[in-house]
Amino acid sequence: MQMKATIPVLLALVSAAAAADVPQIPPGARLAATCVACHGTNGATQGNTLPALAGQPRQTLSDSLRAFKTGLRQSTIMTQIARGYTDEQLEQLAAYFSAQKK
Amino acid sequence: MKRRQFIQAAGAGVVLASTVGCATVSGSAKPQVVVVGGGYGGATAAKYIRMWSGGAVDVTLIEPNPKFISCPLSNLVLGGSRMLADLTMGYDDLTRKHGIRLLQDAVKFIDASQRTVLLASGATLKYDRLIVSPGVDFIWDQLPGMQREGAQDSVLHAWKAGPQTLALRAQLQAMPDGGVFAMTIPPAPYRCPPGPYERASQIAFYFSQAKPRSKVLILDANEDVVSKGPLFKRIWKERYKDIIEYRPGFNTADVDARTRTAMSEIGDQVKADVLNVIPPQRAGAIAVQSGLANANGRWCAVDFLTFESTAVKNIHVLGDAIMTAPLMPKSAHMANQHAKVCAAAVVDLLAGRTPEARPMLTNTCYSFVCDKDVIHVASVHAYDADKKTLLVVPGSGGVSAGPSALEGEYAMNWARNIWADTLS
Repeated sequence: MQMKATIPVLLALVSAAAAADVPQIPPGARLAATCVACHGTNGATQGNTLPALAGQPRQTLSDSLRAFKTGLRQSTIMTQIARGYTDEQLEQLAAYFSAQKK
Repeated sequence: MKRRQFIQAAGAGVVLASTVGCATVSGSAKPQVVVVGGGYGGATAAKYIRMWSGGAVDVTLIEPNPKFISCPLSNLVLGGSRMLADLTMGYDDLTRKHGIRLLQDAVKFIDASQRTVLLASGATLKYDRLIVSPGVDFIWDQLPGMQREGAQDSVLHAWKAGPQTLALRAQLQAMPDGGVFAMTIPPAPYRCPPGPYERASQIAFYFSQAKPRSKVLILDANEDVVSKGPLFKRIWKERYKDIIEYRPGFNTADVDARTRTAMSEIGDQVKADVLNVIPPQRAGAIAVQSGLANANGRWCAVDFLTFESTAVKNIHVLGDAIMTAPLMPKSAHMANQHAKVCAAAVVDLLAGRTPEARPMLTNTCYSFVCDKDVIHVASVHAYDADKKTLLVVPGSGGVSAGPSALEGEYAMNWARNIWADTLS
């Protein structure tokens, strides 16, 4: 009887203690994760065909993404993808990938 | 008294951990996530929870197969331009680089009230959050003839990449020139909407090179090509006019494996030299057994903010097994994206934070129409708070203008990158 009462309390304490140790997910990481099935985890792209995103200058990434979105830059697929994001989201992506290690 | 009980409880935790080969004693203090299934959904979720929690969450991944074999690109094995070995990878990096505890085992039973998972080996794991990514299983009882002894050894599905892929390739190689390959397609939804049409293209490509008098007969339960329809039909007309015959509205009701005959629900019979039956599908068996398949007993409905089951608390479901949102395909790329929304939400929930209010995901599906040329379909999806589902962002997405070798390059590099994103 007493034991049954004790264990949930104990688990609750453990959970609370553990929760405090889980860090925040970095800003932009969730949104950037939508790009990286093609462009590699955190923009560390495998191979030489698809553009590597990690560590590119922020302005270059931002300009490219906007040019894809408007159609100024021709593409097979990126215009169709870029049109799914707001301009603010494209800026967040540019900021995130430019801050990643090459 | 209380003190002794505390020690017993703690001791039980250590015993539990040791039975599954847990080396870290401190592990028991961290939140525990157990992931069932090491495919595109499960392996990605396991990796991203470790990454995004900074190692503060323990993750155990349970997968019965010793290696990861990619379904995407496996139609190229049938077409003869790739080997299955090219699509086969190890799980070692998940342990080595990300500290995931990998168990080559199967789940026998999920006890949601105790939050435990019983494994085939006899071990029991405790979880704070469980992620189930079981893929699909086949609804064989809709095809009585396929349940006869030996039927499934001679009439193959090859809809899970592995030994069946190689066996179907061998049947195609053994078929004489002038023979008929017939493939049945189940009613949507099924895994990989463009997959059957890519397969037909691949086998037509193989025949055009090696057995030019042979035929590919597509027996489709659907009224039209389910994905990239205008593109596939144009390509078949331009490239495989004398090889591919497309027959829509052929809903396969039974199969005679001995005579390699498919029978439609209105009694049409088609006999082939090689018969490939893609059976009707539902969520993987463990999801169905665990009460997660609450949509028609076939698919698992989830809260798209977290991918938590709407049927069972603290259990999340990913990938092909879920009841999809509108225009969301059952694809590897989609499973990868489910996994990340889920991983972020699980980390947030374990930390006591509110998950992201407007998650997004993308999809790209590349289909090879010969050994080099490829067409794609793409889309971007965002959470709609009013409708409580993921919807295609208006204006986003689309298909290729036509097949190209450039997109063939992109497709191969997509594969390299999603494999790395999933496994290393």
